[in-house]
Amino acid sequence: MSQDIYVVIEHLRGQVADISYVLCAAARQLAAASGGQVVGVLLGHNVQGLAQDVAVDRLLVMDDPQLADFIPDRYQQALAGLLSAQAPRVTLFGDTSIGAELAGGLSVQLGWPLVSYCRSVRADDGRLLYISQLCGGKVMAEGEIPAPHALLAMVPGGFQAEQGKRTSPPPVETVASAAVGGRITLKQYIEPESGDVDISKEAILVSVGRGIQNADNIEMVQELAAALGGVVSASRPVVDQGWLPTTRLVGKSGKRVKPRLYLALGISGAPEHAEAITDSQTIIAVNTDASAPIFDIARYGTTLDLFDLVPALTEKVRQAKQ
Amino acid sequence: MHIVVPVKLVPDLVEELVIDASGCALDPDTLRLQLNEFDGHAIEQAILLKERGGGQVTVIAPDLEGVDDVLYTAAAKGADRLIKLCDHFGQAVNNHAMARAVAEVIKPLQPDLVLTGVQSHSDLDGSIGPLLAGYLAMPYVGYIAGVTLSDGRATVRKEYPGGLVAELEVTLPAVLGIQAADQPPRYVAFSRIRQAMKSATIEEQTVAALDTSGGPAVARMYKPEVAARATMLDGKPDEVADQLVALFRELGVL
Repeated sequence: MSQDIYVVIEHLRGQVADISYVLCAAARQLAAASGGQVVGVLLGHNVQGLAQDVAVDRLLVMDDPQLADFIPDRYQQALAGLLSAQAPRVTLFGDTSIGAELAGGLSVQLGWPLVSYCRSVRADDGRLLYISQLCGGKVMAEGEIPAPHALLAMVPGGFQAEQGKRTSPPPVETVASAAVGGRITLKQYIEPESGDVDISKEAILVSVGRGIQNADNIEMVQELAAALGGVVSASRPVVDQGWLPTTRLVGKSGKRVKPRLYLALGISGAPEHAEAITDSQTIIAVNTDASAPIFDIARYGTTLDLFDLVPALTEKVRQAKQ
Repeated sequence: MHIVVPVKLVPDLVEELVIDASGCALDPDTLRLQLNEFDGHAIEQAILLKERGGGQVTVIAPDLEGVDDVLYTAAAKGADRLIKLCDHFGQAVNNHAMARAVAEVIKPLQPDLVLTGVQSHSDLDGSIGPLLAGYLAMPYVGYIAGVTLSDGRATVRKEYPGGLVAELEVTLPAVLGIQAADQPPRYVAFSRIRQAMKSATIEEQTVAALDTSGGPAVARMYKPEVAARATMLDGKPDEVADQLVALFRELGVL
């Protein structure tokens, strides 16, 4: 076995995902303690030139037409062959729509333990420790990263992407592909709906979450957004209920936003949502639950009931504009 | 078409979470458990598929507080068979152990499709779907919003960040991790749940001793330390609205 820390570089349609840099930053910390190298693993087809700025000591590239798109079973087989041969100390994945299922499948296939929702890592007296966020970020769990091998699925927040970048390209090694699969095939990609506003470009977002309770209450929020000259966005439960279209979804499976003002109404601030709003200039949160994690990232907040506050606020904003 | 939906009960996050005396787990006495939200979508998706193409839906849940309500509610929505996994289910059970136990129960059912919620907020050792797929030697695809079935195949819509969707075809039997059902989970009136309590049967299956290997040990559990909490605005709605308008002006958005 080796003391190396492997990072599965995540990319989608020619773009390295931000989480890959976060993984590299975490891997550097682990490698410093384990005494191994940070090794990047890039699976894909025609991926030369991709991931030239990831902070790894070596980049292993597995180039295979079969790996051109993310097909879960093919990617899993390809990684299983590589990882069982190299036996790294820890392998890092994004806890994402790509990494989470690879890590789970490999945990069973390789018999290596898996730690999910991992937000940070650290070393203590030679031991490698994970710190995971559970219960929507309300609780942290800490413990030893199992030995001799473990898989970590990481969420953003503990490391900056910048810490996982390097200026000169890493040495690249080509490795043979062992991709096999056949039970899953890609039919097509469906592009995001266009024609609606692009919430990632809006300066003022009035965002609603589960606290809005039902579809009829959206109108009240639309009035406030209109008064402010902004648009309405939402967290996952609101979109899942069909109260607003997917184009308005802010979060891990929706869009990252960076408005000047993000007004969060009845949003708890689960990590999947929080990670997508951290670039907002100012977050103001309205939530009756004083312990909601949204107040940990908001600059201002109130525990008033949004149904009491929003009509009053809309009125005051209108008056102020006159 | 036999669709099996194994579900998880997880802490209700609206309640205060209390860490127990050991300092490395949540205090089970103060927890209120509820159906994992994504599992509610998995149940809905299974029932929608049954309504469209016929078949049978079996829901499996561990014997924890509130499990009977969860199972009878599923029956009221249209589930045909309810299985409760008995013994050994304390708080410490991780997803590897749960997936192994559920796999043993599922194998003899020979399902065409297994639907799970894509994740739960308590998945310290990975979500249950990919683990279960591994133990069942079935393919897995997660983050799914949209499933159609035909000719022994499922066509699924897998969501990526930013709204991109990949349409994938999966040969059955398979395990799918549901992010959102084709339509929101339906509401059932309590009278129908009460009816299900009378007409439906919950089968109890005892599982062998649980094997938790594959998950990490927790040495310490704690509430996150917050670097900077929001400045809280207090007062009546009108007063807070005034403060907010002043803030909006300061921020240059008004």
